Amino acid sequence: MSILIDGNTKVITQGITGKNGTFHSLQARAYGTHVVGGVTPGKGGTEVEGIPVFDTVREAVEATGATASVVYVPAPFTADSICEAVDAGVDLVVAITEGVPVLDMAWVRDYMRGSGTRLVGPNCPGVITPVTAESGCKIGIMPAYIHRPGRVGVVSRSGTLTYEAVWQLTSAGLGQSTCVGIGGDPINGTDFLDVLKLFNEDPETDAIIMIGEIGGTAEEEAAEYIEAHVKKPMVGFIAGATAPPGKRMGHAGAIISGGKGTAADKKAALTRAGVAVVDTPSVMGATMKEILGG
Amino acid sequence: MKIHEFQAKQVLARFGVPVPDGIACDTADEAAAAFTQLGAPLSVVKAQIHAGGRGKAGGVKLVRSADEARDAAAGMLGKTLVTHQTGPEGRVVQKIYVERGSEIDRELYLAVAVDRATSAPVLMGSAEGGMEIEELAEERPEAILRERIHPMKGLLPFQLRRMAKHLGLSGDTAKKGMALIQKLAVAFTEMDCSIAEINPLIVTKQGDVLALDAKINFDSNALFRHKDVIEYRDLNEEDPKEVEASKFDLNYIALDGNIGCMVNGAGLAMATMDVIQLKGGSPANFLDVGGGANKEQVTNAFKILLSDPNCRGVLVNIFGGIMKCDTIAEGVIAAAKEVDLQVPLVVRLEGTNVQRGRQLLEESDVKLETAASLDEAAEKIVALVKAAGA
Repeated sequence: MSILIDGNTKVITQGITGKNGTFHSLQARAYGTHVVGGVTPGKGGTEVEGIPVFDTVREAVEATGATASVVYVPAPFTADSICEAVDAGVDLVVAITEGVPVLDMAWVRDYMRGSGTRLVGPNCPGVITPVTAESGCKIGIMPAYIHRPGRVGVVSRSGTLTYEAVWQLTSAGLGQSTCVGIGGDPINGTDFLDVLKLFNEDPETDAIIMIGEIGGTAEEEAAEYIEAHVKKPMVGFIAGATAPPGKRMGHAGAIISGGKGTAADKKAALTRAGVAVVDTPSVMGATMKEILGG
Repeated sequence: MKIHEFQAKQVLARFGVPVPDGIACDTADEAAAAFTQLGAPLSVVKAQIHAGGRGKAGGVKLVRSADEARDAAAGMLGKTLVTHQTGPEGRVVQKIYVERGSEIDRELYLAVAVDRATSAPVLMGSAEGGMEIEELAEERPEAILRERIHPMKGLLPFQLRRMAKHLGLSGDTAKKGMALIQKLAVAFTEMDCSIAEINPLIVTKQGDVLALDAKINFDSNALFRHKDVIEYRDLNEEDPKEVEASKFDLNYIALDGNIGCMVNGAGLAMATMDVIQLKGGSPANFLDVGGGANKEQVTNAFKILLSDPNCRGVLVNIFGGIMKCDTIAEGVIAAAKEVDLQVPLVVRLEGTNVQRGRQLLEESDVKLETAASLDEAAEKIVALVKAAGA
């Protein structure tokens, strides 16, 4: 059916009483997600539209049995919040917050060594598994209505480009198994490689769309794995072919430095690995449809 | 965020990294006085711009008297310096640094950067200083030793010893070198740098180690906990439009094309630039209005786009998640009215509240075209700009 999350996943929201935390928790619940609790230190015992609020993640997990947490707390406190969720033993933490200091993520990654928790993000749209045309498990800020259940997996460093891909797939009559936004920061929890392995092993995912961008070598590393292991058809797009070197293109990780991390290199690596790489994101859905014989 | 060499040296000195004495100057007379104050037989006059490659471009001069210092400074101040990092338009020199000359025995390379592969800072060192690290990495990667810096523990003594040996340091100089390396690593993590580079690090004829040049970039995400660093910002080094945009938390980067773009999300903004080029146009900028922008921000974004004299048309491409399409539509309409829009405008909206957004656009009296896909939007704006004779 999916990777990471499914229709039964129980989710808590860290930072639920903040503007974004409240808004997106209610949106997720309206989409059918089991939002079983929230955490805001000092507000334990209160409720947000019927969702119980706890002081600590551990209390929330013990009371609700949640296995996933989503983090909407402001950037200066995000690292601490992620670690609190790891400490409470949730299986999945999705950090939506943008603007987390890079070195905070370095020690968070160190803190997570040996834990059984997977982190997605930060600076990402989140993860969604559509279950029916109108409902599913949505952990994040993506507009739910564009998604349909199906057998194409989507993984991307960019939020809005993920929505583009999903919308095109849905418009072409192709549903999605799970969509994962891994985020645009240089140090994050989950990379292309991790998600591709999960999609590759998921019997309910038949094909994959992968959306990368300039900066780093995560796409090149993914390409090596794809070439060796992935037999499922893949469509790829890399943003930033026209980006000037040395400039940070919005995402902290989207920068070409020392001639490394260019769109051309990444496209070439993915093409060599057998991915159908498109030059414009407008045709991601149509290309997938064509490959799948629609 | 980038800072000048003399500021980077101030930061490093604060952490105990040895740097040559120096004085930052705004005028040629100040440079002459600085030479006298330093009291050395030889000093160096260095142009302060946010770009490397100054030496080859004539931005670094050795001087042996106050008069020579004045002349050298006069020859740089107000002039445009073009280096391989500035682009062809170069940078106007507004500040210079007069620094005591050093007796160089050897030049080494030292830097700390963020390593994505190990999710940690990494120390890089080479016995071959002065040359571009990218070239060295390409030609002889084995010449660069890399040591992962533990995010909490920092560099361990064995790593310092290994690096000192790799750099060819021995005896007392090795001890001084190891102390310097440790301080550089501490400065990097304490100050939330994204890069801290000493190139060259020199060994003097007296056996001392000294940061002869220094480059520091800071992680913009961490500036909230480094209020002192914000004061290092030099607005003269930034594009005025980028400065204006940053006041409104907009992510704007000026480019040299003629089609302005306003997009939400960094990836989609890059893709929009790419597709404009693919369809035969040329983007004037990168602009990400972000996830939670309000009407005022969109209005300001619009004004910044139109303040670019090269801008001959505007493409708005929004896929709404947090950002709602009706918010964008209101902002676009308000801004277009406020600035009396004279160039073609193509708007492509998709996502949350899209129907309401499109309705607002259609009901407004602003002259614009709408498009259903990014390809269609790019084709339309490229055609409109070409038709307008730009």
